[in-house]
Amino acid sequence: MSWKPVLESAGLDAWIVRMFASIDERNVSWLSALARRCEEAFGDALVDLVPSYTTLLIVFDPLSVSPSQARAIICQTLVDLEPEETAHEGEVHELPTWYDARVGPELPRVAEGAGMAVSDVIEAHSERAYRVFALGFAPGFAFMGLVDPRLECARLNTPRKRVPAGSVALAGLQTAAYPTETPGGWNLLGRTSARLFDRERDGFSLLRVGDRVRFVPVSREVFEREGGNTAPLEPIT
Amino acid sequence: MTQHDLPEPGIRVLCAGPLALLQDSGRFGVRHLGVTQGGPADLYSWAWANHLTGNLWGSANLEITFGGLKLVAVRDLEIAITGADLGATIEHKPVPLWQRTIWKAGDTLTFAAPVSGLRAYLAVCGGFAAEPVLGSVACVTREELGGFEGNGAKLATGDELSVNRSGSGQQLANAPTEAPKDVLPDFSQPAVLDLLPGAQIASFTGRSLFDAFNTWWQVDDRADRMGVRLRGPTLNCKINTLISEGISLGSVQVPPDGQPIILLNDRQTIGGYPRLGALSPLSASRLAQCLPREPVRLIARGSDAVLKEHRMFRAVFHSEPV
Repeated sequence: MSWKPVLESAGLDAWIVRMFASIDERNVSWLSALARRCEEAFGDALVDLVPSYTTLLIVFDPLSVSPSQARAIICQTLVDLEPEETAHEGEVHELPTWYDARVGPELPRVAEGAGMAVSDVIEAHSERAYRVFALGFAPGFAFMGLVDPRLECARLNTPRKRVPAGSVALAGLQTAAYPTETPGGWNLLGRTSARLFDRERDGFSLLRVGDRVRFVPVSREVFEREGGNTAPLEPIT
Repeated sequence: MTQHDLPEPGIRVLCAGPLALLQDSGRFGVRHLGVTQGGPADLYSWAWANHLTGNLWGSANLEITFGGLKLVAVRDLEIAITGADLGATIEHKPVPLWQRTIWKAGDTLTFAAPVSGLRAYLAVCGGFAAEPVLGSVACVTREELGGFEGNGAKLATGDELSVNRSGSGQQLANAPTEAPKDVLPDFSQPAVLDLLPGAQIASFTGRSLFDAFNTWWQVDDRADRMGVRLRGPTLNCKINTLISEGISLGSVQVPPDGQPIILLNDRQTIGGYPRLGALSPLSASRLAQCLPREPVRLIARGSDAVLKEHRMFRAVFHSEPV
């Protein structure tokens, strides 16, 4: 690791460890290793850990640990840190996805921008196993990448007020699937029947930071049989 | 659970008003799943409402924003109202705030509109009863989590709210019936907020740092439980956007338009704007009582002094039966 970690104050009860300068799939094994060490080192004083692309936010209980004590604990966990090789591969999830302009209205636009046929866009998007970099925006919303650079596209100028749950989307070099209906400005390519966030499920979120994800193209029939919602999208208003 | 703790309908909602939410201390240990913390926007007033009704730290009570709420007691209840003065009355008689009060069965409790402050807290002896979702009953409408139904729904007209039979006489006997005068906040005074510098503060221009701490900022109309936007001089940062990272309560972020947004309990878990630092938890509580167009000021504080104040505040409250 050529980059030197930097600790920054994030308030009375949190530090952020800046581990890397740029997004890289290999970051996650270092961040996972640091998270595991923090869990052990803080014990009951740990409140939350929020890993993201290049950082780990560590939230602790300021009644039992002062900010300076927490800083010392974190510095200790960084000594001789080794990447977590087992976590590196993570779990591989396959998300059945119906790619279709009726539920993925930006499919033609992305194809046009890439100078590719729609079928080639689907192939390019579905052949990679993506890495989950971060969860955020909404419960279970996983930021994944990196997509084939030919598919790179800017966000919509006007975000949609309602993006249906399951929508498979693209922005920049990242891809995601919306766990619940929310507003959103990403380009929609299709819809998955997978349930991404389920409060009845052990662990709640299907996807975790570090997991691998593949979108598997399925027909409308299979998508519907798996419980997918085929309702077409409202136009952007 | 003893027989005393069995929940029973205690309150019926006659008129729900704009926003009333059940809040415990918040949802923790799930932020890595993209789930926000929720919990009371004004932790300070929320904690006192529980304390005055003999409820332990973490018990759920009602956060009432702005007013417009009308409730009727189904049975005799003992309650405490803290936080904002929203002109609360029982059968048209003003309810004393920051102290325990009897609310007789059949009587109507009304929260009218802000006199000072924005959010009131209503706690009942025995505590409100609801099933936790992801470890908490904290109600987050955007995430459809928590509250009385578990689905993030705010109070609706016609709802019946479950209240535990107050069994712990011991607990209540040890609780104060009135908050000492010196702990009462004065929301009519301009808010001066403690900011712990951090994050990207070094990347702001000198002029912007001067402005940040020498301006009476104005609270914008765009203020809710996710965050509060401030209006004032444009702050410039050498960094426009960051790779998204975890953001803590009270973070003061500055988007490219140069107008700060202070993030509160229902914020998204990660974000990508540069930050000056984060407010202390008690200052985040104070900000949550500010109405649009009220003035606020930021002052830079070191963590030692802020920690001492925070621990003094928490030392008052019980997390275990006494």
